[in-house]
Amino acid sequence: MKIQTKKETSAKRKLGVMFYLKRDWQLYALIAIPLLFIIVFKLLPLLGLSIAFLDYNPILGFSDSPFIGFSVFKEIFTSREFLIALRNTLVLNVFDLICGFPMPIILAILLTEITCGWYKKLTQTLLYLPHFLSWVIIAGIAYQLFAPSTGIINVMMGTHIPFLTEKWHWAVMYILSAVWQSMGWGTIIYLAAITGINGDLYEAASIDGAGRWKKIWHVTLPGMKPTIVVMLIMALGRLMGSNFERVNVLSNTSVKDFSEVIATYVYRVGLESNRFNISTAVGLFQSVVGLILVLASDKVAKALDEGGLV
Amino acid sequence: MENKIKKSTGDRIADVIIYILIGLLSFICILPFFHVISTSISSNTVVAANKVWFLPIFTGEGAGVNIDAYKQVIADSSIRWSFIYTVIITVLFTLLGLFLTICAAYALSRERMMGRKTINTIFIITMYFGAGLIPDYLLLDTLGLLDTTAALVCPLAISAYNMIILRTAMTAIPKSLEEAAQLDGCDDFRILFQVMLPLVVPTLATLALFYAVGRWNSYSDAMYYIQNDALKPLQYKLYQLVAAAAESSALEADAGAQAQNAEVVKSATIMCATIPIIIVYPFIQKYFVSGVMIGAVKE
Repeated sequence: MKIQTKKETSAKRKLGVMFYLKRDWQLYALIAIPLLFIIVFKLLPLLGLSIAFLDYNPILGFSDSPFIGFSVFKEIFTSREFLIALRNTLVLNVFDLICGFPMPIILAILLTEITCGWYKKLTQTLLYLPHFLSWVIIAGIAYQLFAPSTGIINVMMGTHIPFLTEKWHWAVMYILSAVWQSMGWGTIIYLAAITGINGDLYEAASIDGAGRWKKIWHVTLPGMKPTIVVMLIMALGRLMGSNFERVNVLSNTSVKDFSEVIATYVYRVGLESNRFNISTAVGLFQSVVGLILVLASDKVAKALDEGGLV
Repeated sequence: MENKIKKSTGDRIADVIIYILIGLLSFICILPFFHVISTSISSNTVVAANKVWFLPIFTGEGAGVNIDAYKQVIADSSIRWSFIYTVIITVLFTLLGLFLTICAAYALSRERMMGRKTINTIFIITMYFGAGLIPDYLLLDTLGLLDTTAALVCPLAISAYNMIILRTAMTAIPKSLEEAAQLDGCDDFRILFQVMLPLVVPTLATLALFYAVGRWNSYSDAMYYIQNDALKPLQYKLYQLVAAAAESSALEADAGAQAQNAEVVKSATIMCATIPIIIVYPFIQKYFVSGVMIGAVKE
């Protein structure tokens, strides 16, 4: 069998590129436009990463700006502002992961326990909704609800808690806002995983006398494990990145100590202060570490035999 | 089912707790809207007195239905134009995004295409590695696209993630259908438009929703690339409004009737930016619940 396929492929190779271009020209015509978009808008900017190693001057451009090697990176790693942004990024993202990651899993398990059709549908509809709201709208609503003296939450409790204007409170609100926004939407993938579990396993567990919790623990969760691992790898890969739209619109001057993350730092240094090379270098650092995190967690998952991304 | 008969008291109690918990969480997901809607249609007086919680107050001194805020928002030519402009770019973006995604997904789902793996890898790379803000900015600058509508439509129109979702859906279609069409003399274009597309409508609807909501909701690219006031999408204008309110909240200057009037107007603006999504959402919801995303994870 193997030899045959090998022969076939070598026969195909011999036909040459022109044969395929001629036979499948329609396919190449179809892929050409999206590929052009990918090349122009995603690959071409990669050339711009060279700015990180240049004393970039917009008038001189890429080719004439002097090459300065890694000195920009040296400047960054001794900059207090950058180190604070790095710390905030990691701390906020770790808490995001700890609070946000298990929620959809728990919620999906609870949702499958609901047998009443219309109730399940209604609650799912409501739970998914926040995912479709922009961070501007969420922040707008949050500032209205949680304002210290006029916000309805403080009015109801008779307090003046500065939920969004004191950094520790703000950090909690920042984490909770994402839990609120994405807990429902995150269940979709896990619900699909649960649907894919073989029903015989539940029956066998019932015969063995397993109750509801035993079934969840010994059948549902193991069945969800591959999906959980993939989602975890993807989440770990995002540890270095932040959702700019979220952190930018939720932050304000009184919480800058905690709310300045790499994404906002890149924007401020780059487009507000026009320090292109520093901003690019920070962005490059972020992308590279993010990529390493994805590849590393993928490797670890495969080594543990839990499946991986590809 | 068998286990229904066997349900113990403990199980029933657990059921009740689960139902209540899920109900409570869903309620929390929409509760904030009750406040915003109520605020947007209540009179300035009751809002200033912090009487509006989660239901509008129409009775009592100085109360009544107040749609002045909506009138004010609609009368504001800048907001009105932003709304129309955002609808336009959302439609353009969704159409372009779907077109590119369909072309790429079909070609990359054909196993006989040479170079498929390489092109596929190029797409996947873009999912995990981006150049970052400044290189993107300089690219648009070089192309002369800064401060144009194209800057808000083109760069994000192709998404590898969406392409994978559609490709998975197309791969799942039985080969025999394609072969039958080929025997009938269909070329790839006809197979795509007459055989494939009708069969992946649920996926297309979901992707259309993703593209449209993505464009409708984002403001950061406008913040990076747009200076011209006429080209600012609604969310960016709303962002400027919210950011100003956040700063004044940080300075604890949020009291007074003047600010309260602003609160009513802000609520009305928030509603205007949310209503289109709430209108579209129920129509498309049935599609994405049917497990359209399953294939997307494993890649």
